[in-house]
Amino acid sequence: MSVLVFVEGFNGEIKKSSLEAATYGYQVAQQLGTTATAVAIGEVHEEALAKLGEQGISKVLYDADSRLNQFVADAYVKVIAKAAQQENAKVLVFSNSNIGAAVGSKLAVRLNGSLATNVTTLPKTDGGQFIVTRGVFSGKAFADVNLTSDLKIIAVKKNAFEANHNAGATATIEKLSAELSDADFAAAPKETVMQDSSGGVLLPEAEIVVSGGRGLKGPENWHLVEDLAKALGAATACSKPVSDLDWRPHHEHVGQTGITVSPNLYIAIGISGAIQHLAGVNSSKVIVVINKDPEAPFFKAADYGIVGDAFDVVPKLIEAAKALDK
Amino acid sequence: MKILVCISNVPDTTSKINFSGDNKSFDKNGVQFVINPWDEYALTRAIELKEAKGGNVTVLNVGEADAEPNIRKALAIGADDAIRVNANPKDAFFVAQQIAAIAKQNNYDMILMGKESIDYNGSQVHGMVGEMLGIPAIVPAFKLDMVDDSTARLEREIEGGKEVVEVKLPFVASAQQPMSEPRIPNMRGIMTARTKPLQVVEPVSAEVKADYVGYSKPEKKGGVKMIDAENAGELITLLRNEAKVL
Ligand SMILES: Cc1cc2nc3c(=O)[nH]c(=O)nc-3n(C[C@H](O)[C@H](O)[C@H](O)COP(=O)(O)OP(=O)(O)OC[C@H]3O[C@@H](n4cnc5c(N)ncnc54)[C@H](O)[C@@H]3O)c2cc1C
Repeated sequence: MSVLVFVEGFNGEIKKSSLEAATYGYQVAQQLGTTATAVAIGEVHEEALAKLGEQGISKVLYDADSRLNQFVADAYVKVIAKAAQQENAKVLVFSNSNIGAAVGSKLAVRLNGSLATNVTTLPKTDGGQFIVTRGVFSGKAFADVNLTSDLKIIAVKKNAFEANHNAGATATIEKLSAELSDADFAAAPKETVMQDSSGGVLLPEAEIVVSGGRGLKGPENWHLVEDLAKALGAATACSKPVSDLDWRPHHEHVGQTGITVSPNLYIAIGISGAIQHLAGVNSSKVIVVINKDPEAPFFKAADYGIVGDAFDVVPKLIEAAKALDK
Repeated sequence: MKILVCISNVPDTTSKINFSGDNKSFDKNGVQFVINPWDEYALTRAIELKEAKGGNVTVLNVGEADAEPNIRKALAIGADDAIRVNANPKDAFFVAQQIAAIAKQNNYDMILMGKESIDYNGSQVHGMVGEMLGIPAIVPAFKLDMVDDSTARLEREIEGGKEVVEVKLPFVASAQQPMSEPRIPNMRGIMTARTKPLQVVEPVSAEVKADYVGYSKPEKKGGVKMIDAENAGELITLLRNEAKVL
């Protein structure tokens, strides 16, 4: 019996959200008196795999089949299922990412497991139950859910857990091969296009997000958002009308119909705070709102607020942020 | 082309969310229900494909009778017929079982639904249905076109980018913005929706594997601390020393 964590790579490294999932998996393993193994697929540096020891992972199973350098749901499912079987896994842990959702739901059927996504707590296991809390109603509530199958599958919400960092600890690496067939690649991508978000920080992974709304008046003013983001090491985002107007690309739009983010710090500039926007950002730990209208609804959801014109306020913030010693 | 679009009946985004006194169930009182916004992207794309290529769009809801006004709305927007599986949708696995059972009786060319429901935010049903039917599930997709009569071309979002996928019919896909521009039903649509077939079927037996036992709300924020615009730079100091997020 063990806990198996599926970790995702990005540019050869392990994604931050997967390091959080690994830590979560390790903590569940401790709770259950067992160890945590990770399974990694595709292009990841061996050093990065070994370093998963720092999150408490003792062993990494690694399938380096080059056809898996791109994400292919059915093939990934087969590899993870094989690893789960080999390890006799009772708990599977993923990050609540697009990839995690795609493979987690298929594995729940294939391995006859109970699945909970968007999970924000470690399990409560008293009385033979296995109850986790997950975010529901677009951040407006939490639900406690008891996973009743023998196999429990958990997708951990990004930024809900801090990754362990036991410097120097290493995991052993074992090769894994799942004997993939052509059928597993029936829906393989013809093309993968990565869009560089400013500063190279992936928006869904970012700890700090600087976001702009229609209050910025036009794309020519976006240097205000970008410069502040750069000074803080943040990713940039925007409200829906901004991407609808093509001031910014669609993959930057956060909210109910865009990306959900839960960074430690969300800075909203010239955004009114419509409920559909809040739905994508309201689980951020600290929210800062800059708006010239003191009645803007966003102030009700904010931790810090500045009533003022973005064109006066943001340059002051950039200056102060640049003066910070990192 | 035969397209199945799965829609869920969810509280309007602007609803205040409340639970029963014992926090064991969701309180529907005073809540306005709408078609799940993500499902509307799937629905309108299905209708656009039908308008371009011919075919039939069936909407499917797993839900109780109170979902019928929104099923009729989907018909008014342009779906041809509807099926309601008469059951309280208890968890994703249960819902996916019902959808797969309907799909097995009919040869749909594609099964479309939203990327997630805005009530339970699960992002699970599409993958489960794909696996139950043994067909690919392309999730979440923001573009869907036909290459020829048997092949579709989709673009799906991955963290930090996108993948372009060409896939043979049949397949499952989940939809997100900007797959289509959701439509508002017009008068003619509303009139004809009344006469379109809405079939009610009983559920197949299916296990519930995720048992919802309680609900809670996030802790209230401490209120907003205002900073004078003249001394805006002070915010950065507070974020470092007080909030400790920098
Ligand atoms: C079904 C549905 C789904 C939706 N999904 C989303 C979603 O996912 N994400 C999303 O963001 N929206 C979404 N919306 C739209 C949402 O309702 C709002 O329309 C949108 O969030 C408003 O964007 P905004 O705040 O940038 O623009 P506006 O509403 O125009 O607000 C601009 C704000 O900027 C302020 N301002 C103006 N000038 C300045 C200045 N110089 N300095 C400082 N402040 C200034 C104004 O006071 C105002 O508060 C959705 C709507 C619907 C109906």
